[in-house]
Amino acid sequence: MARLPVKKTYKLFIGGAFPRSESGRTYEAEGQNVARASRKDVRDAVRAARSAFPKWAGMTAYNRGQVLYRIAEMIEARDSEFAELSTGLEEVERTVDRIVWYAGWADKLAQVLGSSNPVSGPYFNFTVPEPTGVVAVVAPDEPPLLGLVSRVLPALTGGNAVVAVAPEKHPLAAIELAEALATSDVPGGAVNLLTGHREELAPWLASHMDVNAIDVTGADDGGAAELERAAADNVKRVVRGGPDTQSPWEIASFLELKTVWHPVGQ
Amino acid sequence: MLRVPITSPLTELDRKKERAPVPKEWAYAPAPESRDVVSIKERYGHFVGGKWLEPSETYTTISPATEETLAEVGQATPEEVETAVAAAREAFENGWSGIAPAERAKYLFRIARTLQERAREFAVLESLNGGKPIKESRDVDLPLAAAHFFYYAGWADKLEYAFPNRRPRPIGVAGQIIPWNFPLLMLSWKIAPALAAGNTVVLKPAETTPLSALLFADVLRQAELPPGVVNIVTGDGRAGAALVKSEGVDKIAFTGSTEVGKAIQRELAGTGKKLTLELGGKAANIIFDDAALDQAVEGIVNGIYFNQGHVCCAGSRLLVQESIYEPVIEKLKRRLTTLRVGDPLDKNTDVGAINSKQQLDKIRELVEAGEEEGAEIYQPPCRLPEKGYWFAPTVFTNVAQSYRIAQEEIFGPVLSVLTFRTPEEAVEKANNTPYGLSAGVWTEKGSRILWMAERLRAGVVWANTFNRFDPTSPFGGYKESGFGREGGLHGLEPYIDFDGTEPFGG
Amino acid sequence: MPMAQAPVLPRGFELPLEPRLPRIGSVDAVALEERAASLAKRSIKKEAKVFALELAVRMMDLTTLEGQDTPGKVAALASKAIRPDPSEPGVPSVAAICVYPNLVPAAVARVEGSSVKVASVATAFPSGQSPIELKLEEVAWVVDQGADEVDMVIDRGAFLSGRYAKVYDEIVRVKEAAGDAHLKVILEVSELGTYDNVRRASLLAMAAGADFIKTSTGKLPGAATLPVTLCMLEAIRDVYEENGRMVGMKPAGGIRQAKQAVQYLVQLHETLGPDWLTPDLYRLGASSLLNDVLMQLRKEKTGVYQSPDYFTVD
Repeated sequence: MARLPVKKTYKLFIGGAFPRSESGRTYEAEGQNVARASRKDVRDAVRAARSAFPKWAGMTAYNRGQVLYRIAEMIEARDSEFAELSTGLEEVERTVDRIVWYAGWADKLAQVLGSSNPVSGPYFNFTVPEPTGVVAVVAPDEPPLLGLVSRVLPALTGGNAVVAVAPEKHPLAAIELAEALATSDVPGGAVNLLTGHREELAPWLASHMDVNAIDVTGADDGGAAELERAAADNVKRVVRGGPDTQSPWEIASFLELKTVWHPVGQ
Repeated sequence: MLRVPITSPLTELDRKKERAPVPKEWAYAPAPESRDVVSIKERYGHFVGGKWLEPSETYTTISPATEETLAEVGQATPEEVETAVAAAREAFENGWSGIAPAERAKYLFRIARTLQERAREFAVLESLNGGKPIKESRDVDLPLAAAHFFYYAGWADKLEYAFPNRRPRPIGVAGQIIPWNFPLLMLSWKIAPALAAGNTVVLKPAETTPLSALLFADVLRQAELPPGVVNIVTGDGRAGAALVKSEGVDKIAFTGSTEVGKAIQRELAGTGKKLTLELGGKAANIIFDDAALDQAVEGIVNGIYFNQGHVCCAGSRLLVQESIYEPVIEKLKRRLTTLRVGDPLDKNTDVGAINSKQQLDKIRELVEAGEEEGAEIYQPPCRLPEKGYWFAPTVFTNVAQSYRIAQEEIFGPVLSVLTFRTPEEAVEKANNTPYGLSAGVWTEKGSRILWMAERLRAGVVWANTFNRFDPTSPFGGYKESGFGREGGLHGLEPYIDFDGTEPFGG
Repeated sequence: MPMAQAPVLPRGFELPLEPRLPRIGSVDAVALEERAASLAKRSIKKEAKVFALELAVRMMDLTTLEGQDTPGKVAALASKAIRPDPSEPGVPSVAAICVYPNLVPAAVARVEGSSVKVASVATAFPSGQSPIELKLEEVAWVVDQGADEVDMVIDRGAFLSGRYAKVYDEIVRVKEAAGDAHLKVILEVSELGTYDNVRRASLLAMAAGADFIKTSTGKLPGAATLPVTLCMLEAIRDVYEENGRMVGMKPAGGIRQAKQAVQYLVQLHETLGPDWLTPDLYRLGASSLLNDVLMQLRKEKTGVYQSPDYFTVD
């Protein structure tokens, strides 16, 4: 008789831990019962992200790059599992390559995006990019893994803490990714993944006063406009990108620029 | 050998002369800048397509220092705004976007030069219409406005170097709405990068300060800028709202209150139009006990009393380390007694008139709230003119972080003083606000400056200085102070379209 | 030998000085220069300008410090000091004439009976590079000869090598030797290098008993400037705020035009206030400033621009 496999319970990823939804509810996706996050889970995830933000942002850029590279290693190591949960090995490989590409950006952003500014007067003046803070990501449904990673990585590479709403139709790769993140060196709370209904969760993130920016790529046109309107409550930065892009300017859209002046004198 | 004959130089009178008593009062005689340098028309229309468009509605604009009427100006209707947007669109499609970048640069250089040549005229007008001291409009607003055009002129034909591999293109028609605190300077912050990047513009100056923008139209005439490239419509918030709603506008740039900024962001949601916002602030100016105190006191004064405190990045919250609280406050109060409040056109005036009745009411309301909440108020003795809108430089001590005067943007010459004990506490208090535009740090310790600068959540950190601006230096906020940068290379980006040109998209 | 105790020193700055000097605070050069430049932009017109120009005359230390000075030169200087503009009796006398020790007797004789004081440089002016005993002897001698005021130089060599106590001690002893004569302490700011040093030296000199602190000998380029004077005024203000003692200030060297004099007075007015607007607390050390002030005064009176030909050279 064939052995009955042990099935996995698909949970949320908040603050480095894997809790069930506070609502106790699940929904069925890809043949599995997946945790259906509630607005209270959104609240907890934002709280976890906020408290992880200083640690992640405060790491040296070199270390951040290493941590990101480690994620790529962890995915590559379980590429067959990811392949099953996504569109296949090619998507996994592209995902790994994309993470490696972003990992290499971590310690180059200040040089590409910053400047020293020749002001008229005895002052030294320079501009440095800094993370915005807590970034909400509404991930696209397709491709399940690469789409999520393409939207999370720009914010993460810049030093932001992320709360992502996983692809509603294909959440399993996202949960698998959470497990890879949990076993990598990403500080708990720097990335939080919520599975559930996008239309239920995204508005709470868009209106949350402690979220600094929102990526609405996964929302449809009407939904995106709604989210953008709600985002105005605390002047969030709103980004709508593509599901399969990589660009330093995507990182830049989750960065602030800080300009520092200091007199030059004896 | 020649002997120099010496005769006594003294007369009897000289010998008796005692040293005369020296009078102690030294009142500076009035030193008004001449108004003749600028001529104001009785009535202005909107500047659309290179011509003056007769407005269907008008209102009067005044001098806040005297309440005298200066001119009648247009209150743009939505139809008039649309006419301006159409003119900008036509100019964009039919020439401006296709003109050689080097030629575009030369127009901007011309504007910069003309502003330099007519600087005094603009400075006087700016002080008349806005109430700011002539020494500031003369030494800050005008030189910086001209410098902004000069700086961005040079970028016009070098955009490929600013954004390598990104094929920068203009966006189209930019709708720009500017505030009343630095009318011409904000105009230049908006128009210069927009034109350098190849866009055309519809600009709406603030309701209370339209005149320098309308005079600027004459600079455009002298520079022979093609008609429609810059259009200026005047009026209150209704005109601004019409501009925001206009479908012909591809980008909105707004500087003003956070409240209006949020409304604009809501309005534009889902339209795909680009938006930059430069909104309010409640900056902390942090003084450590090892700071060069006399210079720090100057920085405090410059931070909050510059332009009557009508500065979004004003250092309105003073955070003083407890160990030097007393000497700092003593020095500050003493310094306030030397501030000269009065006629904006007098070259010796340090603090001018409050920009409008409405703003004066708001300042009064918050100051009353401060007193009611239990803060201690100090104002130096000064005689305020009877006519016009005035408010004495004010310091609040014994302020708690929870008081309205420590939380809300007052946008007037009112300083709230708080204390701290450690750098950690200073950072915590400084960041404890929804705003994030600017911050000041005063310490002689280099490592602490960088430590603080790293942790302050603000777009501009002035260390051992305050309220410095430069066209090469990006300016803009974190959090509810807005997004996007003005100034520097980064200030070009909001006016450039990169869509579809990225490798791998983006 | 126990070191003399400071008559005045801001709280926290008690002797011994060496370990405490860093606590004296610092000066931000850029901000100081900006503040000085901004004060220099005040527009002083009409009666306010006449006030300033007359005050400048009253505050002037008319100076000749040349190897070629003779009793005759000093006599001429004295007449000019007493009656700067013979055709305008309303123009006040200057505060003092400032001469080398050898010329003190001649100067005293020539100003006798007038309000004009005699100031003598001393202490191996301008370098200060002599043994302390000789300096003290020189000070005692000029006072004995009738000098009302003594302009001493600090030992910059000692200051720059960190021997602040030596500098301090020397000032204390010179002050003793000067007796009732007013002591002006010359810092020679252009040799001190930084505003921080100027501030330290100012506080040191005031602590040691200086009645006035003075910028320069006038023998070096880059003497008095508006920022360095502002830096010293701020030190004076700190001493005043600490214990109420009012110390005088004398910028010297490089002040040649009436316009500059007005700028210095505006700076004084807005930094220390009207109480300092007196020759008892402020002097302008100058050799060629007087005639430009006189020309400006007459221009204000007549409304016509003037020519130097109408003003006596001394």
